[in-house]
Amino acid sequence: MDNPNGLELEIMPNIVVLVKRVPDTNARIIVSGDRVDLSAVKWVISPYDEFAIETALQHKEAAGGIVTALTLGPSDADKILKDAKAIGVDEIVRLWDDSWSDLDSNAIQTALANAISEIGAEVVYCGKTAADTGAGSTGPGVAEKLGWASVSNITDANFSSGLTVHAPSEKGTAVVSVSGNVVVSCDKGSVKVRKPNVKGIMMAKKAQVILMSVSAPQSTVQLVSQSPPPAKPEGKKFSGGDSAGEVAKLLRDEANVI
Amino acid sequence: MGQSIVIAEINNGKISPVTGELVTAAISMGTTPLVVIPCTDSSIADGAGYAGCSKVMAVKGDCFSNYDASSWAQAIDAAVPAGVIFGAATPQSKDLVARIAARRNMSAVQDVVGIDGKNLTSPIYSGKAMQTVAISGDVAISVRANVFSSAESASTEVSVVDQSGDIATAVTDVIARASARLDVSEANIIISGGRGMGSPDNFTHLEKIADILGAAVGASRAAVDTWDDIPHSMQVGQTGKTVNPNLYIAVGISGAIQHLAGMRSSKYIVAINKDADAPIFAHADYGIVSTWEEALPVLESALSSMMS
Repeated sequence: MDNPNGLELEIMPNIVVLVKRVPDTNARIIVSGDRVDLSAVKWVISPYDEFAIETALQHKEAAGGIVTALTLGPSDADKILKDAKAIGVDEIVRLWDDSWSDLDSNAIQTALANAISEIGAEVVYCGKTAADTGAGSTGPGVAEKLGWASVSNITDANFSSGLTVHAPSEKGTAVVSVSGNVVVSCDKGSVKVRKPNVKGIMMAKKAQVILMSVSAPQSTVQLVSQSPPPAKPEGKKFSGGDSAGEVAKLLRDEANVI
Repeated sequence: MGQSIVIAEINNGKISPVTGELVTAAISMGTTPLVVIPCTDSSIADGAGYAGCSKVMAVKGDCFSNYDASSWAQAIDAAVPAGVIFGAATPQSKDLVARIAARRNMSAVQDVVGIDGKNLTSPIYSGKAMQTVAISGDVAISVRANVFSSAESASTEVSVVDQSGDIATAVTDVIARASARLDVSEANIIISGGRGMGSPDNFTHLEKIADILGAAVGASRAAVDTWDDIPHSMQVGQTGKTVNPNLYIAVGISGAIQHLAGMRSSKYIVAINKDADAPIFAHADYGIVSTWEEALPVLESALSSMMS
């Protein structure tokens, strides 16, 4: 493109935010047979993904560009995409293939990376973990598939000169500067998540979910069973503050933890 | 037996004890682990080694001076042979394990608390349920601390491999932690306060006990949300940190689902609450029905005479 002023053109970022539909974190998880029964739970955007959406929107507000919310799942995931639209993302994309079921992390990450390449993004935000598995593999895994940098568990982001984030380190908080394409996973940090406004909700109602299909490799990790957590043996209960001395002795002599 | 890779956990320039637990986990899967130590100075590997491991390999490279996921994964992938990969279920090692898995087109299975042949069990829904998966072929696994006993130290052949990676991010500054105390995600003992503490100033009573025990001080979400002086970095729970220390002492915390999700897998739980019906007591190994004002001074003096 002609650039008569000889100035470097600012390229506005194409931003993707990964979102996942999960049971509300206050939901009771019931196991029936050897599978969890989620038929009665309320479904929400995974809480850390809300920080990712907020950070993505702030990035766009600082640098321009476009924010696309991307999820992987069947049509019941459309609701959380509309929720993301109501908060302020520009585009909503759902990635699915009817032949998919119980994808393992390698398959999910490959599919997401393929979709992100197709969208043409340079920056991806996601939650540090999803509230269902708690694994936290998706962000760094997708980054590796794309050959990008990744920074995980960030608590702050600054867009004034490139991208600078705060991430936990051994000695405290590392200030990390990122140049080039990157996947950033977000912890709850200093950002306050905005709520959808009436205009956003109206726009979300009319918004079209863009369907995308890509290839994913065969899964090699298979679900065997799900079960309730192991029951904890009944503890000892004492009355009155003076019993704290007795408990201290038990911690040393019975539990051997101090 | 197949070969596996144990990535040593490093804390403050030393090999963390959880590394011995990873060796046990690898052996329990029927594999022989190679212990890999990412480092900038291979002297850290001197004397490292465990009964049952094949060898210790120090992978020495400039990229290991700061955590940068892509260069670490690149360097470790280049240096170590194929096999199931084991790392600790700490935030950094889970991240690294996921990256190495993706690099080798393997899947990652995180937060493993049970290994039975090719079946791996992890908590899901923040510990409200457990999930067992079957693996075929190699995977990368993170293992929770305090689940497997540690393998015995044993002198082992040590090799040094020079291998760095292309650093993709730059650490421009480190903001030191305000407190010298451990972070809740690193501590083996945690004492946490909830809104029942009445005011953030009263957390000094928790700090005194923390200092006796070498513990970290945590907080419930209610405390973090109510008081600006209690930072989010202290929050234990579903939107805070998930912890599984040897000992968790909950003071003035009722035990909301959100909090239990973050600490229920602790080995021992002590609850101090004035409400005898508080849900936290159902999860406590030792429950004390009392105000904190009465219980903490007694606990403090008992612990301080025991620890001295």
